[in-house]
Amino acid sequence: MDRDSNSYTFLFSTIMVIVVASTLAFTASVLKEKQNENVRKEKMQNILSTIGVLTDRDGAEKLYKIHIIEEITLKKDGKTDDKIKAFSIDLKKEIKKPVEMQRFPLYVASVKEFKYYIFPLRGSGLWDAIWGYLALEEDMKTIKGVVFDHKAETAGLGAEITQEWFQDSFKGEKIIDVNGSLVGISVSKVNNDPKGLDKQDHEVDAISGATITGDGLSDMIYERLSNYMIYLKNNKLNKKQNLEIDSIMISLN
Amino acid sequence: MSKENNRLKPSLFFLSKDREALFSKKNRALLSDPMDDNNPITVQVLGICSALAITVQLKPAIVMTISVIAVMGASNVIVSILRNLIPNRIRIIVQLVVVASLVALVDQVLKAFAYDVYKELSIFIGLIITNCIVMGRLEAFALGNGVWKSFLDGVGNAAGYGVILIIVAFFRELLGSGNLYGYKVIPDAFYEMGYENNGLMLLSPMALITVGILIWIQRSKNRKLIEEK
Repeated sequence: MDRDSNSYTFLFSTIMVIVVASTLAFTASVLKEKQNENVRKEKMQNILSTIGVLTDRDGAEKLYKIHIIEEITLKKDGKTDDKIKAFSIDLKKEIKKPVEMQRFPLYVASVKEFKYYIFPLRGSGLWDAIWGYLALEEDMKTIKGVVFDHKAETAGLGAEITQEWFQDSFKGEKIIDVNGSLVGISVSKVNNDPKGLDKQDHEVDAISGATITGDGLSDMIYERLSNYMIYLKNNKLNKKQNLEIDSIMISLN
Repeated sequence: MSKENNRLKPSLFFLSKDREALFSKKNRALLSDPMDDNNPITVQVLGICSALAITVQLKPAIVMTISVIAVMGASNVIVSILRNLIPNRIRIIVQLVVVASLVALVDQVLKAFAYDVYKELSIFIGLIITNCIVMGRLEAFALGNGVWKSFLDGVGNAAGYGVILIIVAFFRELLGSGNLYGYKVIPDAFYEMGYENNGLMLLSPMALITVGILIWIQRSKNRKLIEEK
């Protein structure tokens, strides 16, 4: 057949497309389950690492069952939604919905006698999505730990948000100011505290050359946490009332 | 060895045309030329974009080198096998499909079986498709040469690209963040004496300047590369 004829060109491209498409589709479907398993275990591993439980991916599932005592699905108004399992919520799809329709997963963990609240985060970096988890201590304002990841930030610049030294600088920072309102954490180029010793300034030192990733990170933390504030306030109120009731009971006794 | 004798020898399918030794002088040149005389980055100035993007640290540069070697070797072989079948008018599309599907395949397999490597690589794998060296070698070499030669040419060019990548990344990581392969190499005592990391090294302009310096050094050593006036 003439290699330059139209019919040969059509024939060749048709065969090529069929061969390539079926090969790729076949590999993708064969490997799908294994890939999802990896993603699921990594999610558990990430959640655990914010509360200082470090494990490899294979050990994550077992430790997750031990330490995560509650998975809560919240609505915007702070009420729980029992119909949807928190762990199954895919933030990637969720953040595209209007805020009223979104469901917000919250994980409650316990390590020894301490209780932690873990918030999944997702936002935009420079090139593509960034995400992570942020754990608060029982006072609901001090950061216990964070973990960040990204899809396509620049290696050595924006991608440094996955590094331990950067994530460590969040530890102990407060997300809530003295008046009790949410301020989040700002990744700042101008703070006078590059070592991160000041834990009251709601700031961590930015990464050189990663301004937009850093800004995206600050926005992400504020935006995501703001959706939980109603729940956290109610929860705190309940606790206070419980304490008051307890103390009344004690004094009655 | 006479030609008579040669013809009697059973030959592997990809050697049948040239009847050369596997590593004849010509074939060795296919591997070594791109390292110096015909380096894709410093002489042909191809693949600069990825050379800027992933040379901030040594690790991604090395990972990228390995993946480009794999992809170029494989895609050159495939296109070379198909070279007498590919319709001339859509050859660029065919090359693109070959490279893209190889890359997608590698991506999927890594995601399932080597998830950590996949995470390390994920952004760079996509970048391989856009690397002009890959397409350039398919178009310039694999379409007109035998399978074995094409393979050597692919590996050689990828290695030549990788060498520059690694050299640039070495200097950028060392001077920019005081690390090598993620490990601290500049002692704290230096910093106490007032040494500072050069933040500019982390930004892309310095990658271009470093490549420029490499070209300068190479040309001052290798007179063949200097154009006559």
